[in-house]
Amino acid sequence: MAKAPDDLAALTARYGPNPNYVPAGGWQKALDSPPDRLVKTHCCFCGQQCGIQLKVRDNTVVGFEPWEEFPFNEGKLCPKGVKRYMQNNHPDRLTAPLMRTADTKSFRETSWDEALDFTAARLKAIQEKHGKDAVAVYGGASLTSEKSYLVGKFARVALGTRHIDYNGRLCMVSAGTAYKLAFGVDRSPNPWSDIPKAHVVLVTGANVAECAPITTDYLWRMRDNGGKLIIIDPRMTPISRNADLYLPVRPGTDVALMMGLLHVVVRDGLVDPQFIADHTSGFEEVEASVRPWNPQQTAELTGVPPDAIEKAARLFGGADRAIALHARGIEHQSKGVENVLSLINLCLATGNIGREGAGCMMITGQGNGQGGREHGQKCDQLPGQRSINDPAAREHVAKVWGITPEEMPQAGLTAMEIMEAIHRGEIKGLLSICFNPLVSLPDSNYIREALEKLEFFGVVDFFLSETAQHADVVLAGSLQEEEEGIVCTTEGRVVHIQQAVTPPEGARNDWAIYCDLAKRLGKESFFPYKAPREIFDELREASRGGPADYYGITYEKIDREMGVFWPCPTLDHPGTPRLFEGGQFFHKDGKAKFIVADYRPSGDPVGEEYPVFLTTGRVVSHYLSGTQTRRIGALVDQYPEPRVEIHPRLAEAHGIQNEDWVKVTTRRATMVVQALVVKTIRPDTVFIPYHWGGGKSANQLTHRTLDPRSKIPEFKVSACRMEKAASPAFPSGSKASPPPGRSQVAPRRQLRVIQ
Amino acid sequence: MFGRQFFIDPSRCIGCESCVNACAECDNHRGESMIHLDFIDRRQTTATVPMVCMHCDDPTCAQVCPADAIKKTEDGVVQSSLKPRCIACSNCVLACPFGVPKVMVRQEQMMKCDMCYDRTSIGKKPMCATVCPSQALSYVSLEEITRTRREKPTNVFYFGKQKVTTKVQMMIPEFAQAVSVDVVDYMWEAGS
Repeated sequence: MAKAPDDLAALTARYGPNPNYVPAGGWQKALDSPPDRLVKTHCCFCGQQCGIQLKVRDNTVVGFEPWEEFPFNEGKLCPKGVKRYMQNNHPDRLTAPLMRTADTKSFRETSWDEALDFTAARLKAIQEKHGKDAVAVYGGASLTSEKSYLVGKFARVALGTRHIDYNGRLCMVSAGTAYKLAFGVDRSPNPWSDIPKAHVVLVTGANVAECAPITTDYLWRMRDNGGKLIIIDPRMTPISRNADLYLPVRPGTDVALMMGLLHVVVRDGLVDPQFIADHTSGFEEVEASVRPWNPQQTAELTGVPPDAIEKAARLFGGADRAIALHARGIEHQSKGVENVLSLINLCLATGNIGREGAGCMMITGQGNGQGGREHGQKCDQLPGQRSINDPAAREHVAKVWGITPEEMPQAGLTAMEIMEAIHRGEIKGLLSICFNPLVSLPDSNYIREALEKLEFFGVVDFFLSETAQHADVVLAGSLQEEEEGIVCTTEGRVVHIQQAVTPPEGARNDWAIYCDLAKRLGKESFFPYKAPREIFDELREASRGGPADYYGITYEKIDREMGVFWPCPTLDHPGTPRLFEGGQFFHKDGKAKFIVADYRPSGDPVGEEYPVFLTTGRVVSHYLSGTQTRRIGALVDQYPEPRVEIHPRLAEAHGIQNEDWVKVTTRRATMVVQALVVKTIRPDTVFIPYHWGGGKSANQLTHRTLDPRSKIPEFKVSACRMEKAASPAFPSGSKASPPPGRSQVAPRRQLRVIQ
Repeated sequence: MFGRQFFIDPSRCIGCESCVNACAECDNHRGESMIHLDFIDRRQTTATVPMVCMHCDDPTCAQVCPADAIKKTEDGVVQSSLKPRCIACSNCVLACPFGVPKVMVRQEQMMKCDMCYDRTSIGKKPMCATVCPSQALSYVSLEEITRTRREKPTNVFYFGKQKVTTKVQMMIPEFAQAVSVDVVDYMWEAGS
């Protein structure tokens, strides 16, 4: 049933996205009445989880002050952090549950009792008729770990469904799968303070400047210490300007490039035979697999010059301490896991792991990208990063939850597979929190059709996202600053989110919504929580003895020590900033595994009809599906609309000039978008950021091929064709203007420096 | 002020505009940023330059002000125009070689970066230099910047025949033999 309402224009007027430009009460009030207090907490955006102080007045967040004492970012913030407070007291905020009107063509505000009763009744009815697994649950990696844990337990205990997955499936799963295969645990092994100590840092598939801006500071310190920076990316991202070596890899060929690098490392005797012998297994097979990938062959596939491959391999292999940093660029592929494994192989072969300034590190994308996957909202995991297939793990968690191991559902489907099961008619009900799949999942027309097939769709959110417009019920939930909890940062550092304010009247805390739903499903006794702290204490027990052991972490300990790195098994344990020291890995034999990775073509191959690579990603002023950042005026102004980045050579071949409108077509769909003609991208590739919905959504164009192991979609490699569009109009008919900063081509002043 | 100085390093700028956004959060001019960020030539490069007031030793903006409204503090900070004197004529806007001052239409006054006098005077760093994630804007001691950076600071700038020295320093490459690329600077012209 869940079609979007007919009165979308009216809904948009009330629920947005409307950009907010002024803090609560206006600028003048901010001047006249100083804040009541400063709350030391963390930014709600991205896995860096920068420390920030929120200014609070009259139970409203009205500004920010840098938190210079927090060691990770020392007061530094990106523009999202600076303006994040503008999401509080926002005019678009949902302040009552919404239900469909009788004709289902619009929404009406309703009481909590009616909305919760209806939701529980619909979920129950579907399960009674079609079985427990006919209902699926979606979670999100911007939730605190307490909420992530609760959503997982809710699915498995209150609903008894095996289908619980989360939007981290679009983020960290390729890295996590590869790290678990190679090391036996899923966490960045080194603290960020190791980066400046490295002699070489290789950054691959990571637009650090825009997606993890604070990490730039660590890279610059590494360079100031004499270290070398190698960047691998199809785009010359802002930090590439300062790279000692830049390798413009062709999209989808990363694994070949890594094998090419390892080929040179082996050929030139730059491996660490002692480390390989003592601490690893499987090197011989990997060594044999890279033998054909000489620089010439690697160059032909990857588009990176042979001498640059030689240089990069010698720099990385020749360094005493080298770090490989990677993110979604190599992971958002149908061979995302293999890409990461091939990078891990390079680190293992050169002994660059488990030491100060040496390691393989993933950059987490979402706010609680790390913690959000550790405690049970991932379809194959139980709290503590335990496998749901492990009988001992099932027994431990079942005991903590007060159920029998037999009652614990088995592993379910992943986020994208849930959409496919909805299409097949197997899943008929969906309850979603903190997830905007209509914008963030690939092939958005396919996603919309799935949402329309649902018999019941319930959403918990604080703003009416594009996806929530398709819901039968929208439960008005809470913002990050409205609930206490913990998150785990990109470093593996567990930090404390303080409750700065309470939700506005009519909205409720997310955890309380789930407890009330559980009560209506007859499972009240399993969800007796009165505060997030009680959920956290249970999470500590549930994680105890698992790879991600949180038992020794408390809110007070986090506050005292500015965060605690897991594993932290006992209350007097100092935490573990660096994993694998002394070459001790988490596999039973204590060794790391070399695993052969090989090149395969993309699931959406470039060919005659679709000759250009399309890749997608983020811009600095927006976060994920834009549900929050498209409502913050300053961030909207900075990048108001998607633009397609095209190299002048490709643009000229199509008669396209800067700011022209371009029709981009893939095997799925067509979108019309304005050109940003720049020399900072490969001429065989175009880039569109994905933060917008409707006709501006880049994910109309992307395809549904998944990595066979991690089930991550291949956002970074699609095939497209382009043509100049006749008239400047978005299908949605909205006003389009070039981003003010990004399109500026003329310098304001010519500044010369003369000695 | 407490031994620290302001340094700009455009080579480290990532164009995120955190500085511009944070400047607009100051209690003295909330909602209005006093600084700006330039994309040099986006077609060619991602290079960007964050621009705060350079706080010239002999400020051109003050030289050209017909109302004598622009003053420097004892510690060398060039301030926004004095509201009672400023006639919002924009002479300073046109004359500043760095493109810093702006006339605020609503206030009918020239306002500009005052290096966060409210913060620096109590030992804090200016807001933009606090939040900058990429070391493009820094407020540290000369000793520290010299010790920790590859680049070297300079505060001498030439605009044609005009030599400008400033309180704020610009980081330039260590071995740069910075040379003017404008032929005019090497020419002899009658009357110059």
